[in-house]
Amino acid sequence: MRITQGAFSFLPDLTDAQIAAQVEYCLVQGWAVSIEYTDDPHPRNTYWSMWGHPMFDLVDPAGVMSELAECRATWPDRYIRINAFDSMHGWETMRMSFLVNRPAHEPGFRLVRQEGEGRVVRYTLESYAVVRAPEGERYTA
Amino acid sequence: MNAADRQAAGLPSASPDTALRAETDAPSGTVDLAAEYREAGVGEVLDELDRELVGLVPVKRRVREIAALLLVDRARRKIGLATEAPSLHMSFTGNPGTGKTTVALRIAQILQRLGYVRRGHVVAVTRDDLVGQYIGHTAPKTKEVLKRAMGGVLFIDEAYYLYRPENEKDYGQEAIEILLQVMENQRDDLVVVLAGYGDRMERFFESNPGLKSRIAHHIDFPDYSDGELGDIAGKMLAQWNYRFDDAARRAFDEYIVLRRRQPHFANARSVRNALDRMRLRQALRLFEAGATVDAAALTTLTDADVRSSRHFRPAERIAECTAERTQF
Repeated sequence: MRITQGAFSFLPDLTDAQIAAQVEYCLVQGWAVSIEYTDDPHPRNTYWSMWGHPMFDLVDPAGVMSELAECRATWPDRYIRINAFDSMHGWETMRMSFLVNRPAHEPGFRLVRQEGEGRVVRYTLESYAVVRAPEGERYTA
Repeated sequence: MNAADRQAAGLPSASPDTALRAETDAPSGTVDLAAEYREAGVGEVLDELDRELVGLVPVKRRVREIAALLLVDRARRKIGLATEAPSLHMSFTGNPGTGKTTVALRIAQILQRLGYVRRGHVVAVTRDDLVGQYIGHTAPKTKEVLKRAMGGVLFIDEAYYLYRPENEKDYGQEAIEILLQVMENQRDDLVVVLAGYGDRMERFFESNPGLKSRIAHHIDFPDYSDGELGDIAGKMLAQWNYRFDDAARRAFDEYIVLRRRQPHFANARSVRNALDRMRLRQALRLFEAGATVDAAALTTLTDADVRSSRHFRPAERIAECTAERTQF
């Protein structure tokens, strides 16, 4: 199951040229771009691992793209996303976030039904990949 | 053929459509170098360089050569001749205050207009910005600076400080290695300019042959002559809406001769500092005179403002001393 989260996730995966263009837009807006990766893509997991520091004061997307290339080489089977942080007063938050890498095989999520008191049923999502193996081995074949 | 010739010959002026065709037909076609030159807008930058920078004749010639090389390279590419992207990393050697940073800014503009760097900004750094203080600190620091400079020019001032042979645990070597890697692999993204004093840069390159071989253009900045420094002072003053009167100009010429003999003479930078001090003295003079001032008084630096410099005083005292001695 193809995971859709962040911007552009219902489109086909962005090419490098398209990613560079989006990063350029972020830089023109004055946002700090950072790269994060994870192998626990639950939609409520906001704490992805940082790939280096957020990149401040960049003028050109080439710097981000070379970091992304390094990150992909190190973690080819992880989800990698690019975040753009706006430090302007009144925003001070992420303004954009999109996936730039995903594992070759995405097993998707299972709907877990937990039976509570009476006939109450609680629903939650559980990633097949996360259940299958511990961190670091989840998306390796 | 330019637009005027075209019209004279009764031909339609170049529309986007014909321009497009010209480009696709290019392999067998011709490229008008003069038109290329005009379109790129490099001429303006070169003219500005000529007009605004006094002296530096060999430097200007080298910059012109580089601009011509890039223009020809671009033309070759349009015609479809296979061409290796020229290596653009440079080293600027020369004494302090000879205009290395200023020329770097202009070169960045030229490279940007010709499309060899995308943004044309200059990131000026020194050793402290690249080299860390403890193990593992240097690589991220250097990489961060390199990322900031991507798309433009990285200007490393006093680059020889990167390499400290007397300390084998120095982290400078690590920074140099990362620098080398990026200079080689990301030539399209970044142009590196290493700057510093001539003799020390020479020694720096001798101990880092890898760096020397990756730098195509070595440009040497000569010292300014006394006359050129006078012209520079005139230009600086004009920029700030000041001027010398005739006596002050003559006194300033003498000042340059005296100042050059002193240690830590930094060419244009020394001139600038001297002018700043002269403005201070002029301000105090006007203030203490207390009279009403007109525009002429506010803009003119006089002989007295120049001659009260400390560099005139010891010379006079030396003259007095020698006079006394000869009396005995």
